[in-house]
Amino acid sequence: MHKTPLLDQLESGPYPSFVKDLKRLAATKPQVDDLLGQLERSYKEKITHWKHGGIVGVLGYGSGIIGRYSDLPDEFPGLEHFHTMRINQPSGWYYSTQALRELCDIWDKHGSGVLNVHGATGDMVFLGTRTEELEPCFEALTAKGWDIGGSGSAMRSPSCCLGMSRCEWSMYDTMEACYQLTQEFQFDLHRPSFPYKYKLKFSGCPNDCVASVARSDMSMIGVWKDDIRIDQSAVAAYAGGELKPRGGGANVDKIDIKADVTDLCPTGCMSYDGKKLTIDNKNCNHCMHCINMMPQALRPGTDRGCTILLGSHAPILEGAQMSWVIVPFMRMEEPFDELKELTSNITEWWSEHGKNRERVGELIMRMGMRNFLEAVGLPPVPQTVRVPRANPFFFWHQSDFDAEAAGRKYYTTK
Amino acid sequence: MAVVEYKGKTFEVDEDGFLANLDQWGPEWVEYVKDLEGIKELTEDHWKVINMLQDYYKKNGIAPMVRILSKVTGFKLKYIYELFPSGPGKGACKMAGLPKPTGCV
Repeated sequence: MHKTPLLDQLESGPYPSFVKDLKRLAATKPQVDDLLGQLERSYKEKITHWKHGGIVGVLGYGSGIIGRYSDLPDEFPGLEHFHTMRINQPSGWYYSTQALRELCDIWDKHGSGVLNVHGATGDMVFLGTRTEELEPCFEALTAKGWDIGGSGSAMRSPSCCLGMSRCEWSMYDTMEACYQLTQEFQFDLHRPSFPYKYKLKFSGCPNDCVASVARSDMSMIGVWKDDIRIDQSAVAAYAGGELKPRGGGANVDKIDIKADVTDLCPTGCMSYDGKKLTIDNKNCNHCMHCINMMPQALRPGTDRGCTILLGSHAPILEGAQMSWVIVPFMRMEEPFDELKELTSNITEWWSEHGKNRERVGELIMRMGMRNFLEAVGLPPVPQTVRVPRANPFFFWHQSDFDAEAAGRKYYTTK
Repeated sequence: MAVVEYKGKTFEVDEDGFLANLDQWGPEWVEYVKDLEGIKELTEDHWKVINMLQDYYKKNGIAPMVRILSKVTGFKLKYIYELFPSGPGKGACKMAGLPKPTGCV
């Protein structure tokens, strides 16, 4: 066993220690002992000891496996190869113990036994194996019905919040939508052909429990169109302290409905006179605050679908972005044809015009919303902007002049 | 860097089996990579892809985007995978002697 004085300090304290877990595994897996050894070295020298890049894979696929090689292979022979395999997770990360046992048996046989449950995009991550183990491992996985996930300039593994499986706020079946689109875009997931990566995430409501607005190029966030359903007797129970706010998750036992709910409404569309709660639903922006505070009194409406937002990505290259609205409301019913078609239209336009390693959000910044909306066949609607432009550098197309001359005042889509 | 010997020629390669230097490339290299990449028989179409990649690289100093490769050769991505089962990056670029693809792969 390698000596790891720095890492040993991370075995104390109340939180589950990854060092403890790895040490337990290292007793039977020499490569995990080497992993701890190299990590200790990195702690000491404050620098990574993985070599740059790595291109490995399985035949038929161009994505899903991330090659890694140690730059100290003589000292840590177990890390000479230490590739990562991404395994496409089930929607909502529900497993049976049988499924997990199968995965563990496969990984115990073909890899280091180290897992990341789960990667930030959603995949079950198998951490550390050798090139010659990739094909046999892939074969064992597919024999049990598993497939690998996405990597590279491809559709990445879509993920979703747990949705209707155990949340009363889910506005559509996120798990089904996630599954259906994963199946629909298998070719794009396994065989990179896009200018850069493309991620889909499905959230059942604006609480956005998979952070789709920040971490997916295309974010499907559940929303309703009609009125919030109010149970006035339950409102009274919250006011009286019989029901605990936020399902008991708040730092107070009893809420002041005016101070804690209606006064905090971002659009100020609520009022409470001590007896009756009223909501001017036309001015509600579906922020979820009142529903989150009083889940037993308030429920979202029944006319449901999702808002589609596009373009979020981390800072490289043009600065971090969150997704912005492109479709205020879309129905989300099986087989999700409208969403599939829109996704294909967007990736097609982006693949045609995108520069190498340009995310779709950056392409829209470069080419403009108008080009984007016309290309994918979406109407320009006020909900796509927070404020109108503040500068007058507006580009007029010839068609705008023609329309004006023909007596049509405003631009309309064909 | 490891050194590979094949049919009397020597090639310097990295861990992933990519050629260290395009100058070392030759038909023997293609022969050698063929077996590693699950290719039975080299056809005219294989060579069309290899030649396109080399021409593009020599002219532009980078490998082409997948879409450009498809457009210039006229081969759909599905067919490129039929030719090169590990795909245009790991399969075709390696065989053409181009540097290893980088980035968030």
